[in-house]
Amino acid sequence: MKRIATALSLALLLAFSAQAARAQTLQTVKQRGQLICGANGTLAGFGLPDPQGNWTGFDVDFCRAIAAAIFNDPTKVKFVPLTAANRFTALQSGEIDVLARNTTWTMSRDTTLGVDFAAVTFFDGQGFIVHKSLKVSSALELNGASVCVQQGTTTELNLADYFRSHHMTLKTVTFATADEAVKAYDSGRCDSYTTDSSGLHGERLRLTNPDDNIVLPEIISKEPLSPSVRQGDDSWEDLVRWVHEAMLDAEEFGVTKSNVDEQLKSANPEIRRLLGAEGQFGQSLGLTNDWAYRIIKHIGNYGESFDRNVGEGSPLKIARGLNALWTKGGLQYGLPVR
Amino acid sequence: MAAMADTPVLYVRTAPAEKLPPPVASTGFVGWLRASLFSSAGNTILTLACAALILWVAPPLLRFLVIDAVWSGPNREVCLASAARPEPGACWAFVRVWLSYFIYGFYPIAARWRVDLFFAALAFGIGWLGWLSAPRRDVGALYFFAVLPVLSFVLLYGFPAIGLPTVATNLWGGVLVTIVVATVGIVASLPIGILLALGRRSELPAVRWFAIGFIEFVRGVPLITVLFMASVMLPLFVPQQLEPDKLLRALIGVALFASAYMAEVVRGGLAAVPRGQYEAARALALTYWRMMGLVILPQALRATLPNIVNTFIGLFKDTTLVFVVGIFDFLRTIEAARGDPKWATPVTATTGYAFAALFYFVCCYGMSRYARSVEARLSRSDRR
Repeated sequence: MKRIATALSLALLLAFSAQAARAQTLQTVKQRGQLICGANGTLAGFGLPDPQGNWTGFDVDFCRAIAAAIFNDPTKVKFVPLTAANRFTALQSGEIDVLARNTTWTMSRDTTLGVDFAAVTFFDGQGFIVHKSLKVSSALELNGASVCVQQGTTTELNLADYFRSHHMTLKTVTFATADEAVKAYDSGRCDSYTTDSSGLHGERLRLTNPDDNIVLPEIISKEPLSPSVRQGDDSWEDLVRWVHEAMLDAEEFGVTKSNVDEQLKSANPEIRRLLGAEGQFGQSLGLTNDWAYRIIKHIGNYGESFDRNVGEGSPLKIARGLNALWTKGGLQYGLPVR
Repeated sequence: MAAMADTPVLYVRTAPAEKLPPPVASTGFVGWLRASLFSSAGNTILTLACAALILWVAPPLLRFLVIDAVWSGPNREVCLASAARPEPGACWAFVRVWLSYFIYGFYPIAARWRVDLFFAALAFGIGWLGWLSAPRRDVGALYFFAVLPVLSFVLLYGFPAIGLPTVATNLWGGVLVTIVVATVGIVASLPIGILLALGRRSELPAVRWFAIGFIEFVRGVPLITVLFMASVMLPLFVPQQLEPDKLLRALIGVALFASAYMAEVVRGGLAAVPRGQYEAARALALTYWRMMGLVILPQALRATLPNIVNTFIGLFKDTTLVFVVGIFDFLRTIEAARGDPKWATPVTATTGYAFAALFYFVCCYGMSRYARSVEARLSRSDRR
């Protein structure tokens, strides 16, 4: 009996010490000298190694930006490749500090999984690709079209909903895997293929003649992708959120990787506050005041990261669309640093 | 009478008749054809069917893999269909560019010589043990089972005290992981499996019930479930500091799993050894372990060699399941690379999988051929 009690109290002690470690993620990260980031590992543009084994991608750069803000060194990140199934467990158990793995922010995930989403870094959504020969320029002209889609996904349900709500007839052709669906579309079995637009651009390159196909402008579902952290460490969540906001603000004010040193001398008070020339904003995050300067210096602003990884500067060539700044008709609205 | 001896008898031959060539139908190429391919109506039909199958499959395969293939180039453009190449073949250029990733995963480039050295040390050990007439195979066994594990750990994981910086296992990948998981599984499963098999036939109830419980439990659960539990459930129960390394979890899971299967294979062999052998060994006053080691196990293992190799080959391919724990084994690295937009073409994925198939086939067929040669050698004693 006594032994059981000892074992129990030992287990409780360990559990509490683990709990305590979770409450101060920034402290832990600093002590460890390394950020641990859960990433995808198989999605082009978001998280994928290059042939030399270096991680690249939009989500990957976000983690590097956090590391740059904390350590002034974007290489101090350990990436853990995660599958869709084990990503939240990895976060809950404390195996990773932040999850940046093209994860959609939904109500059920936010409220029931014990995780908090920091900020929408990428507005994704389901789109269509069609053969150019169809001469279709909008998804609303797809009445009666046959659409290739992967079986048993929300994609399939969204597709049916969209066609029904627009009173269009639909012929779905379903496949067990995305690969088969793309092959079938490529061989002309369907007029269109649908999946999340972030994936659609990558799939386009796998077609026999990518240039004979276009991605239609309509996005028919909401897939706001957001990095997430464990619930219960609000200051760590703040830090992750402000890394994103700083990158957005930098783009809005025209601060880039190449001109950030000159901008340090700018007279614009907003830029001065962002880059730490004025105020104590970094300290309130538990960082140094030049935290945002470090991010821009090593990673660049939001637009630069977007272009390099998924936008015009990459083979994917995803249009900014909803991810343009609010000043340019998009939804990305950097919160003020003050 | 004397005259008769002088006159040649016309109907008696003085010189042997010239040898006729054997019937064409039974020798040479034609004979071989008749004997092995067209010996009966059924065989003739089978032969023709196989020939048709080969003619049907081989030319397109050859055209895709070799003739139309692209061997080098800077990016996806070279692998796309063009006017000169309307039917694009395999994109080996993609494999060439990504090859180092397929072999080493994320292993730091500056430290990859350590992996090469590990491969060399492993190949040396396998060669020493595998070549049955090699000198000093007892030293070879010592090297393989005692020196090599320590050496591999020091080389791969690192040992900062002697100037080899630590390379965390999350950076390991590709062929390296596949080989490590398979080798550990194979090397660990045979002894553990033998112990479990002996335990299951033991007369001590505690030992017997433990062995039965272990084997039945592990065999009753799919490997993917074991790995999944280890990766998803374990972290929730154990505080982070005490959590075992991911690769270690997978290694333990695979080794235990393979042991349970191996135990049943070995038990089959034990059952095949006649009772008289046990009794004779007992009559010679051998202890239990000497009886097993000197009389029973050599016969049992020889009888089950094909099954043991079968289990090894199955295990080698099961290593691909470690991806559920987030470890990038060889197959997973190919799946990751095929998403690379720089190389995204209609043939990229096919080429990647063809490369994987080639790798697994060479490894498994090699194991199978080696086992057959060992069997042939062992069965010499039966023929005496």
